[in-house]
Amino acid sequence: MRTVAVVGASLAGLSAARSLRKQGFDGRLVVIGDELHRPYDRPPLSKEFLAGTLGEAELALETDGEDLAAEWLLGTRATGLDHTARTVRLTDGHEVRADGFVIATGAVARALPGSEGLAGVHTLRTLDDARALRDELARGGRLVVIGGGFIGAEVASTAYTLGLEVTVVEAASTPLAGPLGDTMGAVVSGLHADHGVRLLCGVGVKGLSGEHRVDAVLLEDGRSIPADIVVVGVGARPCVEWLAGSGIALDNGVKCGADGRTSLAGVVAVGDCANWYDPRAGHHRRVEHWTGARERPEAAVATLLAGGAVEPGVPRPPYFWSDQYGVRIQFAGHAAEADSVTVEAGSAEGRDVLAVYRRAGRPVAVLGMNQPRLFMRVRKELAATTS
Amino acid sequence: MMIPACRLADLPRGEAFRLDIDPPVSVFHTDDGEVFAIDDTCTHQDASLADGWLEGCEVECPLHASKFDLRTGAVDSPPAKLPVRTHEVVVEDGMIYVRLSTDAPNLPPCISARLAGGPA
Repeated sequence: MRTVAVVGASLAGLSAARSLRKQGFDGRLVVIGDELHRPYDRPPLSKEFLAGTLGEAELALETDGEDLAAEWLLGTRATGLDHTARTVRLTDGHEVRADGFVIATGAVARALPGSEGLAGVHTLRTLDDARALRDELARGGRLVVIGGGFIGAEVASTAYTLGLEVTVVEAASTPLAGPLGDTMGAVVSGLHADHGVRLLCGVGVKGLSGEHRVDAVLLEDGRSIPADIVVVGVGARPCVEWLAGSGIALDNGVKCGADGRTSLAGVVAVGDCANWYDPRAGHHRRVEHWTGARERPEAAVATLLAGGAVEPGVPRPPYFWSDQYGVRIQFAGHAAEADSVTVEAGSAEGRDVLAVYRRAGRPVAVLGMNQPRLFMRVRKELAATTS
Repeated sequence: MMIPACRLADLPRGEAFRLDIDPPVSVFHTDDGEVFAIDDTCTHQDASLADGWLEGCEVECPLHASKFDLRTGAVDSPPAKLPVRTHEVVVEDGMIYVRLSTDAPNLPPCISARLAGGPA
C-alpha cells in the first residue's frame, strides 16, 4: 500500500494517521479536513473553553514537534468516493488517489428546523461553534438549552458558572434515560435543580420566536420561555451523505465489521460516522464517544494494512465522561442491557454515587459521580467479565 | 530527598500507593513485581494516576485515555501531551523509599495555578 487517504481530521482521523505510522506505514499519507483547523480536542469546547479558562492553543491534539509526514488538505470537504478509480473528490475540485482509505468524517449537530438565520441560536460541535457561543455567553442574559443530553447539560453547567439564567428543555420525561436509564438519568440530571437551573421535562419544542434574533422558545404545551440565547443540543447525525453512490454499505453511518472494515475493499471507517459490529452484543452500534474515536482506529488501521487478514480483538466496553457543576460523571458499558441498577457506594442524594448495572446478576455497566477510584475498579471488572 | 513510602509487603502487585506530598507521587507495584514511582497527577487534568488502570508497565489515567509509561514517564496519546516525572525507587529492609526528582513537574493548568498561589 503506497498511499492512504484519511478523510476527516478530528480525533479519529488523527488517531488513524498516528496508527498508520506506528504500524509501519511509510508511504504517502494524506489527511483531508473540512475545517481549517489542525486536529483539536472537542470535550473542552462545552466546558473549559466555553468558560474561558482554556485557550485555543491548549485544544491542539498534536504535540509540539510531532510530525506524521502527512499532507494536510484542510478547509476542503470530500464530496465523493470512487472506489473503482480509487479516488476521493474534494469540494475544491481536486481528487486524491489512494490505495487505502480511512473514513473519519464524524457527525454533524442536528439543528432545529426553522431556526436557520435567526441570531442567538447555536449548536455546539466545532471550534467555530464554540467561539461564537462563548462570545454570546460573555454578554450574559437568559439561556435556554433545548435538549437535556450531555452536551446540553455541560453547556447549562458552564453558563450557570458564568452567571447566566439557565433553563433546560427536554422532550423525554427523564433526561439521559437513553445512555443512563431512567433512575440514574434522573439522578444525574438532578444536578441542574441542585444549582438552581430550571429543567422542564416531558415537553417538546414547537418553535422559536423572534424577528432577526431569537426572543423566546415556544413549547408544545403553549408556554413561551423568554430567551436571549438558545443552544440546540438534540444530538448529531453521521456525515456520510458524500458517500452516496460510492457503493459502500450505509446504515446509521458507515456499516463496519468488528475490525472497522467496510463493504468496500481497502476502505475502513472510524469515529462517529462508523457503525461498528459489536461481537458481544451481536449487532451493530454507532458509538459517539471520544474514547472510541481514540482507540478504534488502531484496529481499523491494522485491518487496512493487512488487507483484512487480522483477527479483530474485543474492544473494551464503551466509556465516556462528563463534567457538570463541578461533578465528574463517568460511565462505561451499556445501560440498556441491564435488568437492575444498584447503588454500591455513595448515594444518589449526595451526588457521589457509584451504581452498577447488571443483567441476570452480571455487571454490564457502571456509573460514577465523583468516584474515580471505585469507578475504575468496576470498569476493569466489566472489561474482564465481558471479554 | 529520600522519602519513605510504604512497606513492600503492604503493596500487593497490581496496586498503587499514593504519597500525599505536594505535588503527590505514586508508587506502583506491577504484576511482574517491579516497583516504580511517578508523579501522581495526570498532566492533562487533575486526576490521580494511583486510581488508574495499571497494565504491564503502563498506567492509564482514570478519567480519560492517556497512558503513562512507568519507566520513562512518557505519555502515549491525547488528551495528555506532557510526560510525568519519574522518581528513583529504593527498597531497603522491606521498605520502599522514593528519591524525588529535582526536575520541574508537568502539572495540569489548574494545579499549576494553585501551586503558584493563584486560584485553584
